Amino acid sequence: MGSSARSLELRDASVRFGGIAALSEVSLTARPGRVLGVIGPNGAGKTTLFNVACGFVRPDAGSIHWGGQELRGLRPHQLARLGIARTLQGLGLFDRLTVLENVLVGADPQARTGFLAGLLALPRAGRDEARLRSRALETLDQLGIAGQADRHPGALPYAVRKKVALARALVAEPELVMLDEPASGLSDHELSELGTLLRDLASRMSVMLVEHHMDLVMSVCDDITVLDFGRVIASGTPDEVRDDPAVLAAYLGEAVT
Amino acid sequence: MRRLAAVWHSTLGRHLLVTAAAVLVVVLVVESVDDFRAVQLTQMAYLGIAAGGLTVLTGLNGQISLGHGALMAVGAYTTALLVSDDPVLPLPVALLTATAVTSAVGVVIGAAAARLRGPYLAGATLALAVALPGVALHFGETLGGEQGLRLRVPETPGWVLDAAYFVTAHDLTRSKYVAYLAWFTLVVVYLLLANLARSRVGRRWRAVRDDEVAAELAGIHLGRARVSAFVVSAAAAGAGGAVMALAVRLTAPTGFTLTLSLTLLTAVVLGGLGSLTGALAGAALLTFLPSVITDAGTSAGLDDIRAAELAPLVYGVVMVAVVLLAPRGLVGTLHAGWRRLRNPAVTPDPTTSADAASPGATVATSKGDTR
Repeated sequence: MGSSARSLELRDASVRFGGIAALSEVSLTARPGRVLGVIGPNGAGKTTLFNVACGFVRPDAGSIHWGGQELRGLRPHQLARLGIARTLQGLGLFDRLTVLENVLVGADPQARTGFLAGLLALPRAGRDEARLRSRALETLDQLGIAGQADRHPGALPYAVRKKVALARALVAEPELVMLDEPASGLSDHELSELGTLLRDLASRMSVMLVEHHMDLVMSVCDDITVLDFGRVIASGTPDEVRDDPAVLAAYLGEAVT
Repeated sequence: MRRLAAVWHSTLGRHLLVTAAAVLVVVLVVESVDDFRAVQLTQMAYLGIAAGGLTVLTGLNGQISLGHGALMAVGAYTTALLVSDDPVLPLPVALLTATAVTSAVGVVIGAAAARLRGPYLAGATLALAVALPGVALHFGETLGGEQGLRLRVPETPGWVLDAAYFVTAHDLTRSKYVAYLAWFTLVVVYLLLANLARSRVGRRWRAVRDDEVAAELAGIHLGRARVSAFVVSAAAAGAGGAVMALAVRLTAPTGFTLTLSLTLLTAVVLGGLGSLTGALAGAALLTFLPSVITDAGTSAGLDDIRAAELAPLVYGVVMVAVVLLAPRGLVGTLHAGWRRLRNPAVTPDPTTSADAASPGATVATSKGDTR
């Protein structure tokens, strides 16, 4: 990707739900080759931030820029073609599709044949499908779950389901992947595996994650943005953020002087 | 042998082999029955065509429609208008036009349906089923009003008669000609629907059905996916209606009551949602069950009226039994049973079977399931 890779930038984004300011003038940048962590206490606006960046929630003020270009009227289904992938907190797997098919849906924007080729089952649709299929299997293999390709997600343990959701996001080889609580529900062993994976991903794309698990965030992220009550109260490297009085206050619930 | 395996592994090859086998079965069956059964088979075919469209919509895309009978009416009336005047259009042209017109109607209804969910969608399509016969009454001059439109089914083309005589050494009767027409239409419609269901188009429909948010994040335009499923489904219903018009030779509002729409939905549920085989099985059940039950009643000593009353009863009991005991429908349940027989060790424990299925084996076994 190198120098051509793009950054995602939020500039002074604000969102209000009724009288409550979910986000107030939040600015942040997810840069290529870096892992950006967004942390904060419950209700700090982390998921709202993701939803703004994905076009599910339109900001009342401020703007989103991708590679320097403003994304106006962004709709979620446009993300994949922009090279942005996102996982969901609730995984959102397609329960009645096999694991392989789940990942194939993620690869779908890269298909070259359309409706007519599918209707007539033209040979080029078959070749296209075979190409996507081998790419999907490759992605599953990288995450070590190729053996589960033919099963349905409902029959798999939570950690494997999380990997399926991740594979679905990664199969399209996005420039930016946004992970909503990738560590939740994982064991210690799985956590360290995830940490290695995230560093590996950062060598290929930008990574942005929302996470509660402090150890993971501190060890994996290059940049951290801390939200509280919808405001950025601190941002910087893990070391800078760790000792920031405002962060301590937000997490410990009282002013530290 | 290896070449055969290669054909089987491409969607087109597999579907064409099945199509060829289906054509053979159709010829054998239609040739071996009398004219009365041929008429029944025709009825099964047009119900099956429309039910195939509905099962794609409801089973694969999760949209319910109580209005597919109305879409059949659109196809039927279009055909009737095209085939009632001299000079009569060639039937394939009439069939295709009826399908195209119904698809166009499907775009409009599908665009509205894409914004509705669950009971609201059911209500809206129900309204369609109830309201559309009224259109025929309102435009009585062109659409024949209460009396309906009579069709002049054109003479069986000479080459068809010659070909039939050449193959079977019998003359082809009119009802058998219509039966062939109906079943060949069904085979073509099912081939195309199966192609779509196996393609990425079908996968997108199923993804939207299972999780809208995740589907959207995967780059799927929800509205487009829903409308395209509705249009494909409407096209099949239109083709079914066109065949129905040719078979019944009369297109009147009484033929397209709400009961027809509910019958289609019943066929789809009985057979198993999302399965074309199931839709066909459901259509067969609805076509043949009443006469089988009535015959059984008569031979058990009931008088004709009592025997005729037996059919709806059994029909209702079967419906309740399927919903309670086999919620996946007949074909879905058989399919699950077959899978359990073949692979009894399927438990939700990934550690035991993780190594059992290599990726290569996975590709080879994940075919042929349109559910």
